Amino acid sequence: MPTHERFEVLVVGAGPAGIAAACAASSGAKVGLIDDNPSPGGQIWRSGKPAAGDHRADHWLRQLSQTKLMRLYRTQIVAAPEPGLLLAEYEGEPVELSYDKLILACGARERSIPFPGWTLPNVVGAGGLQALVKAGLPVKGKRIVITGSGPLLLSVAAYARQLGAAVPLVAEQAAWYRVAGFGLQLLWLSPGKLWQGTGYRWSLRNTRYLTGCWPTAAHGSAKVESVTFQLGGQTWTEPCDMLACGFGLVPNLELPILLGCQVRDGVVVVDARQETSVPGVYCAGEITGVGGAELALLEGRIAGLAAIGNTRDAARYFTARGRGVRFAAALNRAFSLRHELRELPDDDTFVCRCEDVTHQRLQVLSSWRTAKLYTRCGMGRCQGRVCGPAAAFLFGWKHESVRPPLFPTTVETLAGLPTGEKRNHE
Amino acid sequence: MDEVIPVNVNGRAVEVPAGCTAAVALAIAGVDLARLSVSGTPRGPMCGMGICFECCATLDGRPHQRTCQAVCHPGMEIRTDADA
Repeated sequence: MPTHERFEVLVVGAGPAGIAAACAASSGAKVGLIDDNPSPGGQIWRSGKPAAGDHRADHWLRQLSQTKLMRLYRTQIVAAPEPGLLLAEYEGEPVELSYDKLILACGARERSIPFPGWTLPNVVGAGGLQALVKAGLPVKGKRIVITGSGPLLLSVAAYARQLGAAVPLVAEQAAWYRVAGFGLQLLWLSPGKLWQGTGYRWSLRNTRYLTGCWPTAAHGSAKVESVTFQLGGQTWTEPCDMLACGFGLVPNLELPILLGCQVRDGVVVVDARQETSVPGVYCAGEITGVGGAELALLEGRIAGLAAIGNTRDAARYFTARGRGVRFAAALNRAFSLRHELRELPDDDTFVCRCEDVTHQRLQVLSSWRTAKLYTRCGMGRCQGRVCGPAAAFLFGWKHESVRPPLFPTTVETLAGLPTGEKRNHE
Repeated sequence: MDEVIPVNVNGRAVEVPAGCTAAVALAIAGVDLARLSVSGTPRGPMCGMGICFECCATLDGRPHQRTCQAVCHPGMEIRTDADA
């Protein structure tokens, strides 16, 4: 029999949204907080090591450490066998988690765009680089080129430089007028964030920041050695030890979709109290629209308070949340991906990295479903988490469904499935 | 992360900072390749956050473990496809 834990409020994801939700809900309920990672903080405050001087992170991580709740880190949700119950895995062992109210704060991952050479070792995500560096990766003296889209590129570049990396180039795909326009939006909506941007500019004074510029191929045999870029029809090749690419963020919608939450335009639909179309299931943070840590904290507090029935206190954050949502919309418009990026893969470029499915094999197909059936695209270990958003961008394919297990798991864990799941299969 | 601990990468002893992940230990050992893909192309850590499964290697005898999510412990045995 698997271990069983019971909670009044269960929070999935210990990033800013989940931390805020768990802290808010713990004032009036027995709370559990789950995360796949070994420590809280999510990607932005990963390993409990926020950027130096990030007082907000210090505050929330301290608040969390002083809050009475059950912490379930290194724990992965595998399935949702019946309403009010999740099946998880901890160190290879099955764990059943039942709940009255559920708050999902699953966060986001990076969007990768396939181009020739993108599977070479040392071609990493932009956030991926940040995560690896926070996990201890030494970058001192390394030549790191950063490309993709969004403000994350600058924060990653500044971070790598602080630790002694040479960052000769940050190549942003968005056009300069869009990025400049975003600067004005910042001034209007959130002056504090503009200040952060200018701070980056100073620490990046020896780094070229090019807009309307993107990679067309990475070169090397055992690992990446150089990258070809294009800017206004001109191409040139930059030598590098690492190439970090991040083309925006994609919400992690697998669990909300599995639970039946309504999704529209790539985000979970929630009401003013962050409740989804499934009663008792709330969502907060990037899965309701990518908007950064500040917005995630607000949404998390609202969801946590709403889940324990304290709508009055939750309502105090509605105005600030509205401001955050408008800021996020401006950001997402400014850094929307240009159509030229769809032309980057050549015939032999792998789109699905788990199953090595080439662009050529996919471009003749009509849907994500047929791609899975005919090529195994999206059916490898990552379960389409990388190639799914890439294929959605390249071919316009929509994801229709999510099936358990959400992550590769052991037969032992699956054998621990309670009777509800077995019934469904009979 | 001042303290260092000994781990073993493909049979070679390497000292790594305490608290780092196995993916980082690979980089410190100078091993770029974590696994060979189904058609035999080299892959290393990419997403750094447990999503992409590109950094999988054998950890303490358990195959297909995400090295980016596994914190090193003294004496950890890390074996990659490069060594197969």
